[in-house]
Amino acid sequence: MQIDKKTVTKVALLSRLELDEKETELYSTQLAAILSYIDKLNEIDTKEVLPTSHVLPNLKNVFRKDSLKSSLDVSDVLSNAPSKEGDLFKVPQVIEGK
Amino acid sequence: MEKLYSLTAHELKEKIDKSSLSPSGILDSLFERIASVDKKIKAFVYLNKNASSGIEKNRSGKLYGIPILIKDNICVKGEETTCASRILAGFKPPYDATVIKRLKAEGAVLIGKANMDEFAFGSSCETSCYGPTRNPWDAERIPGGSSGGSAAAVASDQTILALGSDTGGSIRQPASLCGVVGLKPTYGRVSRYGLIAFASSLDQIGPITKDVTDAALVMNVISGYDEMDSTCVDMPVPDYTKSLVKDVKGLRVGVPKEYFIEGIDSEVEASIRRSIDVLRDLGAKIVDITLPHTQYAVSTYYIVAPAEASSNLARFDGVQYGFRVQDAKDLIDMYIKTRSKGFGNEAKRRILLGTYSLSTGYYDAYYLKAQKVRTKIKEDFDNAFKLCDIIVTPTTPTPAFRIGEKTKDPLSMYLSDIFTISANLAGLPAISIPCGFSKDSLPIGLHILARPFDEETLFRAAYTFEQNTDHHKRKPAL
Amino acid sequence: MTSKYETVIGLEVHLQLETETKAFCGCSTEFGKRPNSHTCPVCLGFPGALPVLNEKAFLYSIKVALALNCKIQDIIKFDRKNYYYPDLPKNFQISQFDMPLSYDGFVDVISAGGTSKRVHIKRVHLEEDAGKLMHPAKSSFSLVDFNRAGMPLLEVVTEPDINSPEEAYDYLTALKAILQYLRVSDCDMEKGSLRCDANISIRKAGEKELGVKVEVKNMNSFRWVREALHYETGRQIALAEASERIVQETRLWDAEKLVTISMRSKEEAHDYRYFPEPDLVPFIIDRKIVEDIRKALPELPEARANRFIKEHGLSEYDARVLTGQIDLADYFEECAGEYANKKTLTNWINGDIAAEMNARSVNILELGIKPKDLVGLLKMIDGQSISGKTAKDVLVEMIDTKKRADEIVSSKGLSQISDKDKIEEVVREVLAKNERSVNDYKGGKKTAITFLVGQVMKQTQGKANPAMVNEILKKHLGE
Repeated sequence: MQIDKKTVTKVALLSRLELDEKETELYSTQLAAILSYIDKLNEIDTKEVLPTSHVLPNLKNVFRKDSLKSSLDVSDVLSNAPSKEGDLFKVPQVIEGK
Repeated sequence: MEKLYSLTAHELKEKIDKSSLSPSGILDSLFERIASVDKKIKAFVYLNKNASSGIEKNRSGKLYGIPILIKDNICVKGEETTCASRILAGFKPPYDATVIKRLKAEGAVLIGKANMDEFAFGSSCETSCYGPTRNPWDAERIPGGSSGGSAAAVASDQTILALGSDTGGSIRQPASLCGVVGLKPTYGRVSRYGLIAFASSLDQIGPITKDVTDAALVMNVISGYDEMDSTCVDMPVPDYTKSLVKDVKGLRVGVPKEYFIEGIDSEVEASIRRSIDVLRDLGAKIVDITLPHTQYAVSTYYIVAPAEASSNLARFDGVQYGFRVQDAKDLIDMYIKTRSKGFGNEAKRRILLGTYSLSTGYYDAYYLKAQKVRTKIKEDFDNAFKLCDIIVTPTTPTPAFRIGEKTKDPLSMYLSDIFTISANLAGLPAISIPCGFSKDSLPIGLHILARPFDEETLFRAAYTFEQNTDHHKRKPAL
Repeated sequence: MTSKYETVIGLEVHLQLETETKAFCGCSTEFGKRPNSHTCPVCLGFPGALPVLNEKAFLYSIKVALALNCKIQDIIKFDRKNYYYPDLPKNFQISQFDMPLSYDGFVDVISAGGTSKRVHIKRVHLEEDAGKLMHPAKSSFSLVDFNRAGMPLLEVVTEPDINSPEEAYDYLTALKAILQYLRVSDCDMEKGSLRCDANISIRKAGEKELGVKVEVKNMNSFRWVREALHYETGRQIALAEASERIVQETRLWDAEKLVTISMRSKEEAHDYRYFPEPDLVPFIIDRKIVEDIRKALPELPEARANRFIKEHGLSEYDARVLTGQIDLADYFEECAGEYANKKTLTNWINGDIAAEMNARSVNILELGIKPKDLVGLLKMIDGQSISGKTAKDVLVEMIDTKKRADEIVSSKGLSQISDKDKIEEVVREVLAKNERSVNDYKGGKKTAITFLVGQVMKQTQGKANPAMVNEILKKHLGE
């Protein structure tokens, strides 16, 4: 199982990580080894099998009522902010649109 | 003078109830112990020197006056909670995790935060940004992970009780390697609200303690429905101390053949086999069972867990809390540099692995496939529990390995989780209890699994074994 | 624009549901409060926080889906949509991917010309909103307010059934009316409780395959949706005519320059890495609850319009105008309960009342004239107490002072003069003073009577009964 450096770089960007040349090399190798091991799963036929997203089969329909709870004080909300202006979190400029 | 720090919670509770002991006396004893021992063990990332101000006036709490150490991925209001990661440096949550609320309400005294693998990614406590915790039985060896600090602190009598979290074995494996008791509850038994998430469908908070009785005391307090956690089940919580009876007559004990494979240390295997004999002698019925998909558990886990983790860790970006680089040229640069500097290598590795397995083109082959194999693994246990009431295996394939021994080879580190992982994939309750020692006086742990929400049988079996042996009474020489 | 090309449009509407609290936590959804004052660990995405679904948001979603004629799934689940943006606290949005709440619905849209077109609804699903990002002018930073983060949003996606900007406008109008009838959202594009994005492509008329799709965003009103799609159609056709490639991209509508602008975002295709949300359990839909909700649905705009036509004898046009907004339809029906002449009533509501609402930028409730007071005014006209013309002025006075019609008429002495003798007197005076007009009239210029009527009205401060004035004048002029 090979995982080429271009893929690692692309995945890194998706994860908002940057890797230098050495790291890209290292992770390529390590991830390839891990993914090779994981390929074992192809030995099993799972065509008719349903996936388990939730391990508690009987837990369904968990709701909360639409009633007001107290919110945090604004000072607590911002207490860990690396950068703020007034009551707002401050970040470097975004170019509008996603 | 009896060393208070070496006692269990139930022993201390008895003394407090008789009014022959005050909680501040316990704390004094403990702090002296910590001062003398933790520079070698390094279990603590934060010691609350003002812990005595947390002693309740109301003495009626179930854990009144008992000190407890909290793993650093569980939110304690106003206390730095970092998951042993630089990216959360300085983060003080403005709220308590539900389990913390419950502990405080029952009078427990929170003494600080325990070291761990960064974001719980690891089996050795070596990925912590604070450096590794040492195994109290041999300071050149790892205590296990990711709840290494919690287990080491309990084993070295630096705390009476501890909380850990378990996603693939992170409570049980360090408990085993440190010679203490570690319990992972059934998924949904204990609220995850306030536990900084690693893998949401696998995580559980649980106790790490000196004996089985203490684990039952903690479970009585932390278990039960929480409206803040959709995955926490609304089922009544029994009094687990009522399960502390010495009786395994007729209990069907399943021994899965797939767990006694090449690669297990011979001393570990021998110790487990002897333990099974003990149970047989006490009247349990030993049943051979098969869990045919065991060999796929590690592969399944190492897709599901990193995938969920990669999404859970996306929020660490320097916007609202934690570390942020100062010299970013724009937003994306800030994200990238903050995360690249803030996360350690194992965290990056898992994020990359997880992102890869969820990305377009790979989702079906990896994530979806793994969730399907997970179904097969769960089915194995459903079938097995038709033939037995508990399942018994080794907790780890070897006793504690040396610091640095497996850090160059992530895959070999992952494979050391092989026995504990399935319980998380299937959502089952599981406990590790001391069952022997190697020639080098390194602890060996016995791993017991039970049916979902049957912690009672787990406690009964574990208590019976413990009370008929004395491994749990041995302490490391410190 | 040649009919050589066909325009193909699909619309994606996001609606904020009017629940008391957010989708996954108990914070208030109240609009416009101090920044970051309606937030908690859950909607802020603090480490360790977990979501729990708001039952009312769930039930409102089913209500909307049923009103849009959708099928409701048996089991629904939520999924994580993963991407990085500062207004997204967790850097993933809890949304629905492959098992949305509902699918396969439709809305029948009546255009101004009277033709009906069925626009198919591909899906309606529930998700959480993001926070608000602000960009102070000329600065190198942005600011984030998370009050909006976690608000419950319903996403309504159409099939590419819409074929013109006008149809898009009509669809949005029809959709908004339905939603307002359900009272689940105030559908206010200005407040941001209704947002719309479009996907638009062109193809040669008659072709089956779809052309290259362009996404258009940042259209903040129904009018701008129509303008933006007009512009974009033109832009795409121009490219096609010049044999140039239309690029698949996202473009923003610039309401000042009146053009769409390409978003120069990074060449990173959006890989949202959807996977089932592990912190929320699946939801099994109870068919009985769905039926209960369906039975409790209010009469929707189309049905109500048809009933107005049948029961009240209104024209289709009038019925559609009145039922276009639920408050207006309610107002009409309350008046109609006490006043038999529906045509007159409709003319007043769709005429003078509508004009006043427009001029003052208020809705019928804010205008403040109670139904029984409007009826009171109309009855005064019927009873000849005031002329129709006076009534228009009285109406304005009623809005300004909140007084009743009879109070205003008596305090201002606006009563119509219907006393024959009084009018005779004035008529004689006017005829005496305006010999030339009299002679013009008698000489064949019939329109001269208008001037004479005007003079009588002037002399009576507009209060003379116009019909009576006409009659008496004509009598005196010898007809």
